[in-house]
Amino acid sequence: MICQECGQETATVHITKIVNGRKSELHLCRRCAQAHDELDFSFEPQFSLHNLLGSLLGESMRGSREALRRSKVQCPSCALTFAQFSQIGRLGCSGCFQAFDEQLTPLLRRIHGSSRHTGKVPRRSQGAIRFARELEKLREDLKLAVQKEEFEKAAELRDRIKAMEKEMKEGEQR
Amino acid sequence: MKEKQLVFSKWIEGNGPEAETVISSRVRIARNIREIPFPYLASDAQTRRVQEKVAKAAASQKDAFRQFSFKPMENLGALEKELLVEKHLISPYLARESQHGALLLRRDEAVSIMINEEDHLRIQVILPGLQLEEALQEAERYDDLMEAELDYAFDESYGYLTCCPTNVGTGLRASVMLHLPALIMTGQANRLFGALSQVGLAVRGLYGEGTEIIGNLVQISNQITLGQSEEEIVRNLLGVTRQVIEQEQAARQALLNENRARIADRAWRSLGQLKYAQLMSSQEAMQLLSDVRLGYDLGLLKGVDRKLLNKMLVVISPACLQILAGKELGPEERDMERPERLKKLMEQYKESV
Ligand SMILES: [Zn+2]
Ligand SMILES: [Zn+2]
Repeated sequence: MICQECGQETATVHITKIVNGRKSELHLCRRCAQAHDELDFSFEPQFSLHNLLGSLLGESMRGSREALRRSKVQCPSCALTFAQFSQIGRLGCSGCFQAFDEQLTPLLRRIHGSSRHTGKVPRRSQGAIRFARELEKLREDLKLAVQKEEFEKAAELRDRIKAMEKEMKEGEQR
Repeated sequence: MKEKQLVFSKWIEGNGPEAETVISSRVRIARNIREIPFPYLASDAQTRRVQEKVAKAAASQKDAFRQFSFKPMENLGALEKELLVEKHLISPYLARESQHGALLLRRDEAVSIMINEEDHLRIQVILPGLQLEEALQEAERYDDLMEAELDYAFDESYGYLTCCPTNVGTGLRASVMLHLPALIMTGQANRLFGALSQVGLAVRGLYGEGTEIIGNLVQISNQITLGQSEEEIVRNLLGVTRQVIEQEQAARQALLNENRARIADRAWRSLGQLKYAQLMSSQEAMQLLSDVRLGYDLGLLKGVDRKLLNKMLVVISPACLQILAGKELGPEERDMERPERLKKLMEQYKESV
């Protein structure tokens, strides 16, 4: 195959792009691919998401019935299937995150070393989320206190957690 | 098409902290609107709705967005869009392939908000020198303004939801553009870049045919967006950048001590070529500009300043040359136009001092 950019060299780099839902393929020689990719100083990460997804899927469930089941999971909002996601490497809508939760958590851990957001929170949901984060931290502290046999501290933490849980329930009822 | 005056972005002032090494600092955050599919899957009507919603959000906050202009991609000419790409104000994707893509651009071109890129919103800030924290602050200010009017896709455990899993969480990508002639010249750069990739940072350079980095320009950016707060991400990058600056400065001192005459000779010769050459590729121009910049930073050369050098770095790119010439130019014509434009900039500078 000949490079689509210069029409001279042999194409050794094959890029699949999804544009407006349509798939397009780009076949470039090494030099043109470099010019393409690097001249715009793009921000996008350098590792291949496809490889990451591929290895992740391959390892966890090679050819099993489970794999087949999971690949058919479909996002109820945008109709993207998990098989499509793992091919494209892009999610379809915010609903996909729930639909593919089971698979996304390990994937995000691979990419980021974590699957839990600790940064900024939209002001609109700030109160509730800060509350939930605080509660979660107290629960962790409690576990630690019990492990270390600091029972006085543990009792105190348990009371605070109970109070917060009660507050949360009342909030939901309102 | 008529010959046009070029507007330069704020970063070219070259007046930020650590300007001897850091050309610019850039921060962008990705955001999406709940209930609407990400742009590549969204229908024509849905992407149009995104554009309208964002335009309305800006219009309803007149004071905050007074300095902004709204530019739908379909209203711009091909060259105009390429110029915005070259200035890093929009991505090639937004310019060429997006559906109802648009740009909200602040007059000083330090803040640009891309609409219907890979995500519904990409808020970007570029400042001169090492100003990552300032850039983050500015980006978050516009993020808050947008959030006041738009219902963002956010998940308690995953954070801000984005089209690509590599942006999930903070949606934050921060980067610095560094000029590292001494580290590259002395062969210390590759080891350093290897070490940076070990700590979750990406290093990018402009590579020519070989392995050498054109113009000695290198961009370092974070890869991780989830599990660290925005401040942590920026602080990490800031810390690493400071170390790189220190090493570059040490390498420059060593060069100065051992090879002063050679460095000065190279800087002056390169300036001579920039002044008198008749044909010039962009790669060659970038290398010459790097030599001159190093000479200027080491105090070995006069007759230029950082702002002029930054302007020269901008005008050598293809769309810039064509806009300035007022007509389309092929590659060979551009190689003729390039030295002309550089000469003009140097003359203007001479008259201004
Ligand atoms: Zn090619
Ligand atoms: Zn979906």
